[in-house]
Amino acid sequence: MKRQPSPIAKVVSLAAVSTLALSACTPGSNIESSQETSAGGAEVTTDIASLGEITLSVWDQEVRGGQNKQITRLNAAFEEKYPNVTIDRNSQSFDDLGTTLRLALSGKDAPDVVQANNGRSDMGAFVKANQIISLEPYAEAYGWKDRYPESILQYSTYSADGKTFGEGNLYGLPQVGEVVGIFYSKSKLDKLGLEPPKTWAEFEDALATAKKAGEVPINLGNLEQWPALHVFGPVQGAHVPVDVITTLALGNEGVSWTTPENRQAAKQLGRWAAKGYLGKAPNGTAYNDAWNQFASGEGVFLVAGSWLAAGLDSEMGSNVGFMAPPPVEAGDPPVTTGGTGLPFAITSGSDHPDAAAAYIDFITSDEAMQVLADTGNVPVLDTASYAPESGVLKDVFEVYGEVTTEGSILPYLDYATPTMAETLGAGLQGLIAGRLTAKEFLQKAQADYEEFINSGS
Amino acid sequence: MKSSSTQAAELGAAAGVARQRRRRRPSVNSRSGLTPYLYLLPAFVAYAAFLLYPLIRAGQISLYEWDGLSLATFVGFDNYVEVLTDPELRASFVHALVLIFFYAVLPVIIGLALGAVLQRARVRGLAAFRTIVFLPQVIALVVVAIAWRQIYAPDGTLNSVLTSLGLQELARPWLGDYLLALPAVGLIGTWVQTGLVTVLLLAGMSRIPGDLYEAARLDGAGPVREFFAVTLPAVRGEIVVALTLTIIAALKTFDLIYVTTGGGPGNSTSVPSYEVFRRAFELGQVGSAAAIAIVLTVMIFLINLAVNRIGEREDA
Repeated sequence: MKRQPSPIAKVVSLAAVSTLALSACTPGSNIESSQETSAGGAEVTTDIASLGEITLSVWDQEVRGGQNKQITRLNAAFEEKYPNVTIDRNSQSFDDLGTTLRLALSGKDAPDVVQANNGRSDMGAFVKANQIISLEPYAEAYGWKDRYPESILQYSTYSADGKTFGEGNLYGLPQVGEVVGIFYSKSKLDKLGLEPPKTWAEFEDALATAKKAGEVPINLGNLEQWPALHVFGPVQGAHVPVDVITTLALGNEGVSWTTPENRQAAKQLGRWAAKGYLGKAPNGTAYNDAWNQFASGEGVFLVAGSWLAAGLDSEMGSNVGFMAPPPVEAGDPPVTTGGTGLPFAITSGSDHPDAAAAYIDFITSDEAMQVLADTGNVPVLDTASYAPESGVLKDVFEVYGEVTTEGSILPYLDYATPTMAETLGAGLQGLIAGRLTAKEFLQKAQADYEEFINSGS
Repeated sequence: MKSSSTQAAELGAAAGVARQRRRRRPSVNSRSGLTPYLYLLPAFVAYAAFLLYPLIRAGQISLYEWDGLSLATFVGFDNYVEVLTDPELRASFVHALVLIFFYAVLPVIIGLALGAVLQRARVRGLAAFRTIVFLPQVIALVVVAIAWRQIYAPDGTLNSVLTSLGLQELARPWLGDYLLALPAVGLIGTWVQTGLVTVLLLAGMSRIPGDLYEAARLDGAGPVREFFAVTLPAVRGEIVVALTLTIIAALKTFDLIYVTTGGGPGNSTSVPSYEVFRRAFELGQVGSAAAIAIVLTVMIFLINLAVNRIGEREDA
């Protein structure tokens, strides 16, 4: 038979050429950055009933019990208020939403309203890429800046180029608050003859007493790397000035990780680990296992976020209490890590930004805060006034109210740079294992921070 | 080779004839050599769309610095330079190589031993045993990882067994230990892969003619000699297949790391495919992720090429 090598060569070269042609464009060049919608925000309307039939696509991560309940109720109420609006809800877990949102926003059929995490790797990146719009015109129309305290709004505020975090335009509004504090077992404190500590020094003494009595002073499950950040936050708050931590955590210029104060904080955490205050194997224990152990009666303190309150409440009932990390001087206002739930933002690809803004206004209104409280969530506004009669949730509401109104809430440290969660997570595991000294840990954090500042992004 | 291509041409001609009959018009293609390739076209289109195009596109993206959202900037080979120079990234490749020992070398050794014993012993219920050994392969890796996370937990099964044996000084938080976390994860891989390797090798051993063993025995070979003289050479092909499969599995390990350690403690168990995921979806460094993926692909290709070359050479 006649051998013809050309056809195969033809097919292959054709395929190669067409594949190359398909991929010739620069990555990202096919993504619309819809500048015109964000620029056209000058004319805003709050009259939603006149907009005609609208379908509003909302992507949220309110999947757990109470979260799901509140958003379902509020969505229904919104549709009842504006019969011309239909809400098309898409809910995913926090992790899933975080990884899919990037792709969703850069696609053609972007949702109208999305819950975007505050940090630079999410909201900051979306602002920089013009994927979400500034809410300033709507904030004026609806009076959001009177509704929310500045300390909360700064977490969803960026400069228009996304470079500065905490100043500039408002890009999202959160519904709920969260705060890192100290859960304590009342029966264990009684047994040890201790009161909930009033000062930071008392807290450290209580840890020593607990250790001496053979108890686990602090249950920490740090297998996942991030949980130790929530312990280091309050420790840092007890040593380092609030404005320094805030600047560090927002990844803005002008401060440093390698200060004597930060050194003291890191040393204290390292010392606690070395003395066994953090349990016998914090790096090998899973986060969920650690708080479940605490719930089942092992351990005196649990330094963790208010989101565990509901779970601990049902396990431990009146035996568990929640307090803000005690201040250095008795009576000083409390300082701790915390923030808000994921803020709701409007995409630049949205066809109905006005309706989207009305929706965000609705789910953050006073009535919405009541719904949030009724469904066991921590409303971000006037929190203390919604506090239930008793139980650990009452403590949580009061602590959040106190920290946001009188004290200072410190941003999560991993907001700072896109890689900071990893840097601090791995660094704190090293510090806890005794593989890194306080100085080495801080140098790693500083290197990450400096690299980010110098990269000019 | 020749016969198959002639066959294909005949088939093509037959199809051409059929078409001619239907269309009542002579087709140009029916006699040209292009016809066989037309049959390959549908498969090739699928292959190109889902494998070649993504591969080439990944190669292209790896030359850019891209956050996945805004316009990318061309940086040439900077991402590759980073793969080679960044100590943490380099470490992740070393971890993958360490995993090859646990995923490929160890299972082959265990599989050979198990297979040889089973082959000689002619135990009853071999099928049942084979099924049990193979079982870890059938379970989803995420389930395997969660189960082993419980076993390795500070209060987990392994530590309680050690304690009850009076070996409590050996008990430790396995996945939280800087030196032992990687071997601990690797042993999960050994557990999973041993079944596959054993079944493969058993199949190979069952094909060895009995008279070979008889001859060896007549020549005065003991069981060990018999194993090295008869069994091992006969299953070389199966060993190459087993190594190829398990080395690929070792190098692209993702789910085990993702579920058990998340790369920790510190970065002591981070592996390339986990870095790809983290950079592309969490850190917004898509270019760097693509570069790691390309390097990993090349590495898998080269290592397996070497394994197959060595296998073939000794065969000849």
